[in-house]
Amino acid sequence: MTARIDTPPARDDAGNVRKPEEAAVATPVRRHPRDPNESGALAKVFGYGALLLTVAMIAVPLYFIVITSFKTHPDIYSDPITWWPNPWAPENYSYVTETMRFGLYLRNSVIITTILTVVQVTLGVLSAYAFAFLRFPGRNILFIVVIAALMVPNQITIITNYTLVAGLGWRNTFQGIIVPLAGVAFGAFLMRNHFLSLPKEIMEAARLDGTGFVRTLFRVVLPMSWPTVAAFTLITIVTEWNGYLWPFLISDTADVAPLPIGLTQLQQNEGLTNWGPVMAGTVITTLPILIVFLLLQKQMIKGLTAGAVKG
Amino acid sequence: MTSSTISDPAAGADQATPPRRKPRTNWREVGLAAALILPNLILLIVFTYRPLIENIRLSFFHWNISSTRRRFIGLDNYVEWFTASTTPTIVFNTVVFTVAAVAGSMIIGLALALLLDQKLLGRGAVRSLVFAPYVIAGAAIGVAFQFVFDPGFGLVQDLLGKIGLDSPNFYQVPGWALFMLTVTYIWKNVGYTFVIYLAALQGRRKDLDEAAEIDGTSRWRHLTRVVLPQLRPTTFFLSVTVLLSSFQVFDLINVMTQGGPLGTGTMTMIFQVYEETFNNSRAGYGAAIATIMFTVVLIITVIQVRVQDRQD
Repeated sequence: MTARIDTPPARDDAGNVRKPEEAAVATPVRRHPRDPNESGALAKVFGYGALLLTVAMIAVPLYFIVITSFKTHPDIYSDPITWWPNPWAPENYSYVTETMRFGLYLRNSVIITTILTVVQVTLGVLSAYAFAFLRFPGRNILFIVVIAALMVPNQITIITNYTLVAGLGWRNTFQGIIVPLAGVAFGAFLMRNHFLSLPKEIMEAARLDGTGFVRTLFRVVLPMSWPTVAAFTLITIVTEWNGYLWPFLISDTADVAPLPIGLTQLQQNEGLTNWGPVMAGTVITTLPILIVFLLLQKQMIKGLTAGAVKG
Repeated sequence: MTSSTISDPAAGADQATPPRRKPRTNWREVGLAAALILPNLILLIVFTYRPLIENIRLSFFHWNISSTRRRFIGLDNYVEWFTASTTPTIVFNTVVFTVAAVAGSMIIGLALALLLDQKLLGRGAVRSLVFAPYVIAGAAIGVAFQFVFDPGFGLVQDLLGKIGLDSPNFYQVPGWALFMLTVTYIWKNVGYTFVIYLAALQGRRKDLDEAAEIDGTSRWRHLTRVVLPQLRPTTFFLSVTVLLSSFQVFDLINVMTQGGPLGTGTMTMIFQVYEETFNNSRAGYGAAIATIMFTVVLIITVIQVRVQDRQD
């Protein structure tokens, strides 16, 4: 992910819009009604046709995946395909959780994602705060060092990180998966931009009150920054939940492997012969993150667009 | 942790702003900054910058991932890669996949953003639906889409059958396998390009729209003359971001095709790095390919920074 170094489009969290062109995905844009003769019923029909096509392109494969996870073996291998499981086969799920130990994979995903998110958000907020408000020699150079880590693609670090982790005896351990992924670049960038967009008077007032630097963070700055912190947190959760290459290399057994790796394992075991359980595993892998997304998509989108859209 | 006040000794209680003096280094502040920044910095240095340098160094050696014995062989790894008979195929696959992923997800993402920027019933729900695949793990989508594309019993063959067509064999014909991977990746990634474009559409200046309306400019002309030029910075940002992320797609390939069929049917550079390093035990050769990839990423990034500086 590359990022722009400029101020994010932002309403500061006190709610004053600092830039008129705030990108809030959910608020409808006021449009002037065009001349009804020009864009009348035809445009509407076209619009709704396109809308239906869009829904079909995305919803039909998702629906197909979910119903396949509830089908019995003969039902899956029927031609033409059936659009409703007959009979229902919830045993695909019990097979996956009991025989294939998907409960363990789920637990591992939760452990890895939780620890990485807590560590990255903490490190990101603290270092961004220092970069935004403290004066120290080499500040700009060090900030560039943090940001430039974004430009280093993971395929160039995996080989030598693997030898390091293997040398430490950390293969197939949680710390082997977590520690190398714990450094944070994008979040530090996002939070620093946000802190710099806060009104100067606030820091000034805290300073005149003699409030300590760390206390200012918790009492003054963070309460005004929750939306940005939430955006950063959500992006981190999604990224780590779905992370693949590094855990794939480091985890050998179900004791530490997260869900996507468990799913790969399941697929290799069941081959191309037993799609019901494989689809059940896919649903188990996907459902938690989809629920998080549906509840908190606004905050997540805010984080994604902050680095991208010019403010 | 002790809390220190950010106080400038020059600031008196009187409201008159003191003359700017050269700020002296405040050692308490430096100490605090070190405490806040160093943990993250050390992690990045140890697990990002150190392996980067080390990877470049080790690309000049012949070595095996599981042993410490290394033999210096100079540029041999690079020479071998540039002269290997499979390299043109692998480069071709990588380029086709990335270019198609960029073009496909950006064009569709923009079209959907334009559509869902209109006042339509159910717009909010469809926006969520379009974005949803982006948050699903690539591995999960890859596994599931294997069955979607199953030539015998999948969804795609069924739909093709309805219009009287036979399904191509996506698992045995290299071209079709690459096509399947690309379509799957675009299906997932449109969520991202769509969201970024939509935010840009909502954030653009609208004062020209009214003039266009008064002039009676056609919708198409308005789009090409006013809206698209306004979106140019976003288009540029997305093309670079999607290029870099599609260049590094591993999970999808690993679960769908493992680089096959026929050995190199869907082999891309990132998959070759993995294959050579971990399956063929040729870590030096893998490191050389990774270094070549890094060089490409670096060039693209430098171009991006240059262009953006011009834009600002």
